[in-house]
Amino acid sequence: MKNDNIHHAEAAAAFLQDREQARWHDSAIWWVRQKRDMQAKQLPEWEQLRALAQQIKAHTLSRLDDYLLQFQANAEKNGVTVHWAADADEHNRIVQGILAAEGVKKLVKSKSMLTEECGLNPYLEQHGIEVIDTDLGERIVQLRQEPPSHIVMPAIHLKKEQISELFHRELGTEAGNNDPTYLTHAARANLREHFLTADAGLTGVNFAIAETGGVVVCTNEGNADLGTALPPIHIASMGLEKIIPRLEHLGVFTRLLARSAIGSPITTYTSHFHRARPGGQMHIVIVDNGRSDILGNDDFYQSLRCIRCGACMNTCPVYRRSTGHSYSYIIPGPIGSTLGPSRDIKKHGSMAFACTTCGSCSNVCPVKINLHEQLVLQRKRAFDAGTLKPAKKMGLLAMRFLTQHPSLMDSGGKVMRKVVPIVPESLTRHSAWSRPGRALPEMPEQSFKEMWQARQKDKKA
Amino acid sequence: MKVALFIPCFVNELYPHVAMATAELLEGYGVDVHYPLAQSCCGQPLSNNGDSQGACDAARRFTGIFKDYDYIVSPSGSCTSHVKHHYGWYLSGDSDYQAMQPRVYEIVEFLQDVLKVEKLPKPVYFPHTVSIHQSCHGLRELHHAAPSELMIPYHSRLERILQLVDGIEVKQPERRDECCGFGGTFSVDEPEVSVAMGEDRVAQHEATGAQYIVGADPSCLMHMGGIIRHRCRPIRPLHIVEILTGRGGAA
Repeated sequence: MKNDNIHHAEAAAAFLQDREQARWHDSAIWWVRQKRDMQAKQLPEWEQLRALAQQIKAHTLSRLDDYLLQFQANAEKNGVTVHWAADADEHNRIVQGILAAEGVKKLVKSKSMLTEECGLNPYLEQHGIEVIDTDLGERIVQLRQEPPSHIVMPAIHLKKEQISELFHRELGTEAGNNDPTYLTHAARANLREHFLTADAGLTGVNFAIAETGGVVVCTNEGNADLGTALPPIHIASMGLEKIIPRLEHLGVFTRLLARSAIGSPITTYTSHFHRARPGGQMHIVIVDNGRSDILGNDDFYQSLRCIRCGACMNTCPVYRRSTGHSYSYIIPGPIGSTLGPSRDIKKHGSMAFACTTCGSCSNVCPVKINLHEQLVLQRKRAFDAGTLKPAKKMGLLAMRFLTQHPSLMDSGGKVMRKVVPIVPESLTRHSAWSRPGRALPEMPEQSFKEMWQARQKDKKA
Repeated sequence: MKVALFIPCFVNELYPHVAMATAELLEGYGVDVHYPLAQSCCGQPLSNNGDSQGACDAARRFTGIFKDYDYIVSPSGSCTSHVKHHYGWYLSGDSDYQAMQPRVYEIVEFLQDVLKVEKLPKPVYFPHTVSIHQSCHGLRELHHAAPSELMIPYHSRLERILQLVDGIEVKQPERRDECCGFGGTFSVDEPEVSVAMGEDRVAQHEATGAQYIVGADPSCLMHMGGIIRHRCRPIRPLHIVEILTGRGGAA
């Protein structure tokens, strides 16, 4: 679970104290953005694919209730038990209920941002069920007892040396052995034990197909497949926006997903689940948890098109220089900065301001969400909800007034131009502008307005 | 053709020579240039901080001042984009705004799309290497160039217009269109991130070997200029109109 009290600017400033680590983080993630560009460039129809994906999602969201019911009916025909959860608590109670009924002691979980959103792990642990995250990155952050810093690459904030140290402590690997292959093998051996001894497996859902009642899970490690093939019970948790109408639509999204996410043509595994294996059980939990509210909002409903590829994080220059841990909501970066404030503007208001509005996120988004505009629109809600710091609010109200009174603005500008050059540097050094290493602009003698008026006078003379 | 200069508030106070170069450039092409003295701020800082009332009042005021000119031209991509693409949030049904909106141009767009210029008013010789800074709003909202994220044919307005300058060598930095980190009030809300981004950007421009960073948005140039001054680096930011009017070397 994440600490809601994180303020982005403060957390980011703390992260940037270690400039070397910050530069490494920026470069590591930029490399993923470059891989995405290379993959996208190889498809001449890339921009048409994005447009098509946007349209399929937009259509689906406009008839979401129909498609959800169709999905439920088809899944039930396949013998799957479908559950509906209005919120995170209900989701957690349903999952715990299924597990308790079968006496499950250990659950293996493949990557699911929804269960992070719902806080499922701590809930189950409180009820005496051991939860093992089986995605390597998720496992690493679970062992470190911290939230994922990225939705696709949960441990991207860590260097191999830090993982070696963690594995030495938690899994007994050799001290100082930083070889990624060695460390991966150690994690694999440890996870294999858990797969073999688990009583149930839980997966997320990338796509749920209304026409077939099946769900599709995309992974690169095959952990979802082991986690559903070994234990007899499979629970799939999904947000209600994961629906696509027909199987023929899936290819549009799988072509976009891995290319956008990590710059691969496709994920290693694209697994389709339709029914429980003989003698087993399959459950699907469909979760609302605030999504219906977003769907009903003109400014923000487009955010429900998201397929959780994380491309917006990889391209975001602010995310790359602040890590996912600087954002208060469990989903960081541009998409998190609209979803978090939609959920709770008071808790997550600072996220909406963690953005220069450069717009790169909207351009990489495979379903063309207007992300940078949504962040600006979330700021309206932050302003109206009174989450701005008082000094900032005062500044804006002053600005509002001056905008309507240009002669006062001119006088203010003149005072600034005359005073700043004679103020000792020791007084301005600690201002927010100058503090991190940025000089004030040189102050010209005259404003343009003054120059223009003098010029017009000369012309007449 | 009556053209109104829309000079952003901070350009009026801090970069009057950029505003004057814009006026002179237009006059050089025989344009009748006006500067409505009642203008103040377009309201972007208010809009970007969620003050919709203030932003709406500013948009209404701006429209009242500028609506009767044939064209409205500005040397800032970001402020132009706010008027052209975001006033709709506040003035969606306003017929004056709807009539004015298509006539609002950033200076380079105006020269290329309305005046369709093929040479500069006075020949300019600028024997220096410049690194192009694609400012985000000019790039992604006004389509000044093909953004690196989109798989569309490459084009760049700034590179195209700089071909009219003699002796100039034009370079692109690594990560050709990454944000410099200014972001309006972001620069003081998140100063550490803002400056970290700016330092990286300046270093990428320097690595091209350029003597000048050239862009079409004074705000990004102000931010990078502050970092350059603080670090006493030799590279200099220049607004593109300073080069096109032959004033570049003097700055």
